[in-house]
Amino acid sequence: MEFFRDSNIDWLSKKWLFLGFSLIFSVAGVLSMLFWNHIPVGIDFKGGTQVRVSFPQQPNEEHLRTAMDRAGIHDASIQRLNGANGYEAVITLPETSDSNSDSARATVVKALNSNYTDSTNKVEDAYTVGPTAGKQLTRQAGWAILWSLLGMLAYLWFRFEFIYGAAAVIAVFHDTLITIGAFSLTNQEITLTVIAAILTLVGYSMNDTIVVFDRIRENLQLMRRATLSEVVNKSINQTLSRTLLTSGLTFLTVLALYLFGGEVLHGFSFALVIGILIGTYSSIAVAAPMLVAYTDWRSSKGKSSGLQAGRKATA
Amino acid sequence: MQKNLNGKIAVIIAILVVFLYGIFGIPHGGLKESITRRIHLGLDLRGGTHIVLQVKTAEAVAASSDNDMVRAQDAASKVAPGAHATKPEPSQPVIVVSGVPVNNMSAVKDALSATEFSAYDLASTADGYKMTMKLAEVKDLRERTLETSIETIRSRVDSLGVAEPVIQKYGLGEDQILVELPGIDNADHVRDVIQSTARLEIHEVTGGPFTTEQDAQMQLQPDSVLVQGGNALGDQSWWSLKRIAVVQGPDFRDARASQDEAGRPDVSFTLTTGAGDRFYAYTSTNIGKQMAIVLDNKVREVANINGAIRDQGQISGGGFTKQTAGDLSLMLRTGSLPASIVFLETHTVGPSLGATSIRQGVIASVVGMMAVMIFMLIYYKGAGINADLALILNLVILLGFMGFTGSTLTLPGIAGVILTIGMGVDSNVLIFERIREEIRAGKNASASVFGGFEHAWQTILDTHVTTIVSALILFFVGTGPVRGFAVTLMFGLLANLFTAVFVSRVIFDSILQRKTRGEALSI
Repeated sequence: MEFFRDSNIDWLSKKWLFLGFSLIFSVAGVLSMLFWNHIPVGIDFKGGTQVRVSFPQQPNEEHLRTAMDRAGIHDASIQRLNGANGYEAVITLPETSDSNSDSARATVVKALNSNYTDSTNKVEDAYTVGPTAGKQLTRQAGWAILWSLLGMLAYLWFRFEFIYGAAAVIAVFHDTLITIGAFSLTNQEITLTVIAAILTLVGYSMNDTIVVFDRIRENLQLMRRATLSEVVNKSINQTLSRTLLTSGLTFLTVLALYLFGGEVLHGFSFALVIGILIGTYSSIAVAAPMLVAYTDWRSSKGKSSGLQAGRKATA
Repeated sequence: MQKNLNGKIAVIIAILVVFLYGIFGIPHGGLKESITRRIHLGLDLRGGTHIVLQVKTAEAVAASSDNDMVRAQDAASKVAPGAHATKPEPSQPVIVVSGVPVNNMSAVKDALSATEFSAYDLASTADGYKMTMKLAEVKDLRERTLETSIETIRSRVDSLGVAEPVIQKYGLGEDQILVELPGIDNADHVRDVIQSTARLEIHEVTGGPFTTEQDAQMQLQPDSVLVQGGNALGDQSWWSLKRIAVVQGPDFRDARASQDEAGRPDVSFTLTTGAGDRFYAYTSTNIGKQMAIVLDNKVREVANINGAIRDQGQISGGGFTKQTAGDLSLMLRTGSLPASIVFLETHTVGPSLGATSIRQGVIASVVGMMAVMIFMLIYYKGAGINADLALILNLVILLGFMGFTGSTLTLPGIAGVILTIGMGVDSNVLIFERIREEIRAGKNASASVFGGFEHAWQTILDTHVTTIVSALILFFVGTGPVRGFAVTLMFGLLANLFTAVFVSRVIFDSILQRKTRGEALSI
């Protein structure tokens, strides 16, 4: 069984289409981050208290709100959802000060217990993050992403050429931007696990890009008379079968995670579902064309237009 | 070739056995117990409480320099009457000794540069000296404070009977502690016990009680400090207490919950031998005077000294319940915390949510993996078996790694496993597609397999190294869930390099060997 045997698609001729597509999604995401939902971060990053409670019956939101009001909690957000253990409500309190964070959780639990005397509701998950911890985590996550990108850039520079590394990192940045944009557009919370997912997608997208780049490097040796565009097109086509197969199968596992992984992993798997689609797309539509655009730009400036195949391959 | 191949197969089987041992150990009990004994499940999977707390280590530094200030005062005034030691900034470990007459300067300098003040750098000022705690000393003191805090919290948690608690340094900061309490889903009591500083001191009373703070300030005795009342005495009372305690923290040897004559709960304590002697000397010469029992900077009880006491005492004074008396005696037994504590993060996962998460994570992994394996069989026919065997072995090695290293499997970790499956499939696909290309180019089966692996190897190495680089960075920069994810990803990728490249190759070779020349490969 085989798909896409000897495909012969002129990918580079579609660059304006790709550019438009990328622009629409990244601009939409950025606009949403700036003006609409902003970046909806979870309490991991901004601090606060979140209590997840399960009920035997669908809880009445008004009743819950009154219960919270009576306990002196006026700024809680209450979200109902269908959890695996029946009906659930997630009560979120913003962080006010260090000393408050300690008691907020207890207050919520007490308010629930005094208003639901049958005590059939159960606290499934109670989570309190102080503002210092939140700030620290935000900083740490930022550094983690920055350092991994630099690490990958360094490795690609060493193995290929700087421009390959730069193109791959820009493609990955593009993917991250669009994925975070998707979170902003759909107003889903970015938690620590979502950050882990975004880093996963960075690795995945990089993986896809390297496979194509490796082929380009190899073909530059084999097709010495061809133009760079021809080499890039051929390389994408040669790896197309693999790209779609791998992405399809990874998508399958991630989809299983999204469908069966439960509420706790929802944000994580959502990021991966989007990330795999966009990461696959970007290795074909963003990273490889960027190599061509770079050499075109160089030759327009009258410099040598040849793209080096990389130190390791020529040796 | 034959011998070499048999050797390789033996290596693979040996590795399979070793890592199966990593997962199951020597099996006894059910399958599930065997696995969970080897592979630790994170609290997000089995339920429990996860606490990250911060020790205010600067407090311990300030307290230490408070003591040194008193000692510096003593040392300086001995050689230069009128010399006075102060701390201009109470939170900074900087002591200023002033009011030293010019002709006594060198004597004071000798006194302050004695070995007992070796932790300080000395600089002269107009009428005395400025002592600044050395940076190395501050760092050392902070580290010791963190260590002591960990020990204290550990003994408190142990006495509460929490099974398998984790108490360790956390994160990149030098002042954070991670406390994990499996199975505890009502953590409020534990948190109270952890948080209490429990610094117990007995001071001589020099004045009071005063009903307003202003009154108390005005009548504050020299060498005394102002301390507010707590519990039964109420916070509308202030006492003037001698600054230096008669007995303090380390002098208490034992404490237990007991009852007074009326049957009300109280706490009895016993002093160490040395402190008992000192206390005897003090109480026998101060009969009729008052002393205050101070807990965490609050006056808990004021008592008249009716006779000489050696090493036994009680803290009563009402307000105790059986629970609070028990808690206080526990805290006194386990020692006081050297500094106060702030909770940065508390996460309590109910056991049912944990169980549900495991079930969902496992179902998702199994469904995903089955789908991939079936697809590989359909798409690559015979070679699909290679891929499937490599995937299963990959999973065995990954879990075995975790068993050997004692890593903890968390929910994001399960996600890392799923991603590893994806990368494993990718390696197989890369190799198989290359083999197909070689076959299309007209090469025979054996040359195609050789060429396929040869070409794909570079790419596989590049993709794996890149991802391992980022997983390593995540492991070192990240904490908590990010780390759990990085661990499984890293182990998974290492295992994958072995299974997808080496194991799959050996399977191909052994298939090729059984084929007659020119027979086509099933791929």
